[in-house]
Amino acid sequence: MTSRFVRSFVAVLVFSALGFSQDLASFEKHILVKKLGNGLTVIVCERPEAPVFSFFTHVDAGSVQDPMGKTGLAHMFEHMAFKGTDKIGTRDYAGEKSALAKIEQTYSAYLAERDKSVDRDEAKLKQLERAWKDAIAAADKFSGPYTNEFGKIVESEGGEGMNAFTNYDETGYNYSFPVNRLELWAYLESERFLHPVMRQFYKERDVVMEERRMRTDSNPIGRLLEQFTTASFAAHPYHRPTVGWMWDLNSFSATDAQTFFDTYYVPSNMVVAVVGDVKAAEAMPIIEKYFSRLPARPKPDDATTVEPPQRSERRVVLHEQSQPIYLEGYHRPDYRNPDDAVYDAITDLMSSGRTSRLYRALVRDKQIASDSAGFSGMPGNKYPHLFAFYAVPIPGHKPEEMAEAIHAEIDRLKREDISDAELKMIKTRSKANLIRSLGSNEGLASNLGLFQSRYDDWRELFRSVERIDKVTKADIRRVANKTFVADNRTVGIIEFAPPAGPPPGTAPSAPKGGAQ
Amino acid sequence: MRRTFVKIFAFSVLLGVSVQLFAQAATWKDVPVPSLPAFHPPQPKRIVLPNGMVVFLQEDHELPLIDGVARIRGGGRAVPAAKTGLVDIYGEVWRTGGTKSQTGDQLDDFLEQRAARVETGGSGDSTTISWSCLKDDLDDVFKAFVDLLQNPEFRADKVVIAQKGLYDGISRRNDDPSGIAGREAARLAYGPNSPYARMPEYATVAAVTRDDLVSWHRTYVHPNNIILGVVGDFDSAAMEARLRQAFGSWPKGGAAKDPDVPITPAKFGNYLVEKGDVNQSNIYLVGLGTTRKDPNYYAISVFNEAFGGGFSSRLFSDIRSTLGLAYAVGGGIGTGWDHAGMIRLIMSTKSQSTVESIQALDKELADLATKPITDEEIKRAKDSILNSFIFRFDSPGKVLQEKMAYEFYGYPLDFLERYQAAIEKVTKEDVARVAAKYIHRDQMSVLVVGNTAEFDKPLSSLGAVNNLDITIPPPPPGITAAGGDQQ
Repeated sequence: MTSRFVRSFVAVLVFSALGFSQDLASFEKHILVKKLGNGLTVIVCERPEAPVFSFFTHVDAGSVQDPMGKTGLAHMFEHMAFKGTDKIGTRDYAGEKSALAKIEQTYSAYLAERDKSVDRDEAKLKQLERAWKDAIAAADKFSGPYTNEFGKIVESEGGEGMNAFTNYDETGYNYSFPVNRLELWAYLESERFLHPVMRQFYKERDVVMEERRMRTDSNPIGRLLEQFTTASFAAHPYHRPTVGWMWDLNSFSATDAQTFFDTYYVPSNMVVAVVGDVKAAEAMPIIEKYFSRLPARPKPDDATTVEPPQRSERRVVLHEQSQPIYLEGYHRPDYRNPDDAVYDAITDLMSSGRTSRLYRALVRDKQIASDSAGFSGMPGNKYPHLFAFYAVPIPGHKPEEMAEAIHAEIDRLKREDISDAELKMIKTRSKANLIRSLGSNEGLASNLGLFQSRYDDWRELFRSVERIDKVTKADIRRVANKTFVADNRTVGIIEFAPPAGPPPGTAPSAPKGGAQ
Repeated sequence: MRRTFVKIFAFSVLLGVSVQLFAQAATWKDVPVPSLPAFHPPQPKRIVLPNGMVVFLQEDHELPLIDGVARIRGGGRAVPAAKTGLVDIYGEVWRTGGTKSQTGDQLDDFLEQRAARVETGGSGDSTTISWSCLKDDLDDVFKAFVDLLQNPEFRADKVVIAQKGLYDGISRRNDDPSGIAGREAARLAYGPNSPYARMPEYATVAAVTRDDLVSWHRTYVHPNNIILGVVGDFDSAAMEARLRQAFGSWPKGGAAKDPDVPITPAKFGNYLVEKGDVNQSNIYLVGLGTTRKDPNYYAISVFNEAFGGGFSSRLFSDIRSTLGLAYAVGGGIGTGWDHAGMIRLIMSTKSQSTVESIQALDKELADLATKPITDEEIKRAKDSILNSFIFRFDSPGKVLQEKMAYEFYGYPLDFLERYQAAIEKVTKEDVARVAAKYIHRDQMSVLVVGNTAEFDKPLSSLGAVNNLDITIPPPPPGITAAGGDQQ
């Protein structure tokens, strides 16, 4: 069964059964991969549908790599990567450079006084803060008129969908250009990581704090997810929010961001994928010419604490002025585990469409929830993480009913083999999902970049379908029995509680405290 | 010794490389940008069947997939107020309620075994039914699509599930502050009872019956009200024959009539929604915009790009990057297909900078008169629109979608080509003129959803404040209003 012949035969079967001509072999002909001298991996994929291309720059560092006491730094650097370079975004870089250094000196003095636990001198603190703000104003004179010049160039040259993301596991940058801007892109994207400048850092930090208020502090589900994730991981950095704790956002410096960049944005830790109407053999030398300028540096240490086994259920219950939610998660191994495909099969069975078990049980039959699903990747998947389930109770139903109904479905998974029809459906869907994912430059670029980084081989994108094809009914029962046990569970609940104070317009004598 | 030599050698190589690069690209402006090769995207074939159904066929042989969507005239804005939510329920139960020959659940199994989809939905001006399948499953899936299009059953048990889903949405609609702000802003712009702003309530959802759904289908779903688009790996002649076979004998029915939708903006002023569990205010400045049929549409597009579009815009650069007041900020003059869009300036900021932020937005509006959009800003905005223009039609599917929208709203089918030419002609004067014509601060309202106890100054420092009551009207007897411990 494991002979090479059988495996390649399966690969052919997988696609020919679907009449799929763009199989792995034909993709091979349109993809060129090169590891540059500095360690950077470049993938070029020819997709000549229209004279445009998309790229994806994958950096193998996310918020897991944030230093202690500086949560949010990976995400903060991502914002700074839009602030320009020594040549883009400044009137005079030499002058600006020393002005920026002055900001760091004054900020460091301010911080030292601010964080004194005894004998803090409030008057001195004010003075130091003033000095810091003055230094910022002085530096802004160099960059102010050139604010967002990097983004302005990309947009006026026809860039589409310029964006970036940071998650627990990685950071990604992307946009699309008309194909005549390939060389311009290669210049801009390499320049961006050749000499980023930490200008307007402290204003951008304010922006990031607003992002935190929007996504987390002022959103009940955001608050639940943060509390839930924090409770689920005791040792591994997954217990810290990607956006960062407010205290840390109020503390880290531009120097910290530069250090993060120097440590993690090294060519051997990065993959650049380009997909579109390019000839790989012509595009590669252009890309190489520009990206070879990035200096080789040692690959960063990726050691992190391994989360110890959980020995008892954990619960977080938020009393909110919002309607209830039920969430639970079970620890599972990382994405490289041989059972990864089994978890994918369970996700599909439990959550995909109206035939999914959770939809049928909670939404269609019991009619207690408006939505319910289960999935891996909470909060990331590069390290051991959670397989999570949630349900959204409809009016009149409580979180406990959600727990009971989800557990009934989990028990069924442990006790009974899934049907032949279900197993077939899972496998058919995984093939069709892959095919549907190949129809856009953006989607392909991000998938190729991600799989190249995660497996050191983009072909794993295709092989993931083969792995799901090998999942058996016994695998599903085995993995469910191993994973979905009470001691391995963390529960997160939003319970409705009326506002603590009297709502406007009601009598001031209204009872306080809400549900007890 | 050796090491030094190596270092020097490496240094000179490095120098050599950088000198060479310097010659080619000292700054981004030195990087050569060749002209873009001519590109003529494939145009869909347009066919009108004798019964009035309009069909667009767009071949795309890249992947073994075939997708189709039928858009049908008539949508939520034609529903009487007492049954608000009818089209949401219709859009769900059309699919989940199955057909005369198979239940929705049987249809689920049939489609999922093929990793295929048939879905239905509704919006303000239309409803849709679509399919997506692997090419080899076309016979099966198309049959299911046609059956659902022509013979839906709207089984009553699925009406109940859809209603419960809507009740859930109603009960949760005050949980997320940005959701509250978006919806209340629309009510200010169009008027609270306008079909463009009204919300389903427990009572209006409860009032919807299976008969309403059957009757809606009977009224609107006729071939002469349908535009059908198909894209994917097929041969157009064969697909045309298939569609003629399936729909050729389907008789014409009554043409959908769009209702006259009155727009009566709320009295201009300051509006406040108190939300005690947030530390950030959602702020809108809101007014009434125009449509894409307006000859000023092109100048408005350039204005929007310069004023509130992407990274380059004034709002982003000033409010976000320079003042650090917001993560999310943007805005512009909205242009609807067939009714006025909204003028909106949107941002969210910490409670403590609420009034400061409203004043900053006010200043941006006032600056439009005193510091009009400059030549440089105009050039950048036009470059941005024109250089990225190709992304409007860089896939056969996008071209199809554009054409279907033009057909639906009665625009010329070459609207996109005309748009490009018209943008090129927009001048600084045009942009200043449209800004002056559409943006009048005294015809806009301020809306804040926030935690007043934390504000930098009371909102009343800006003038009289109207408190908006967003209490959810209780349900009629027999329906449970909220989850948790509220009852």
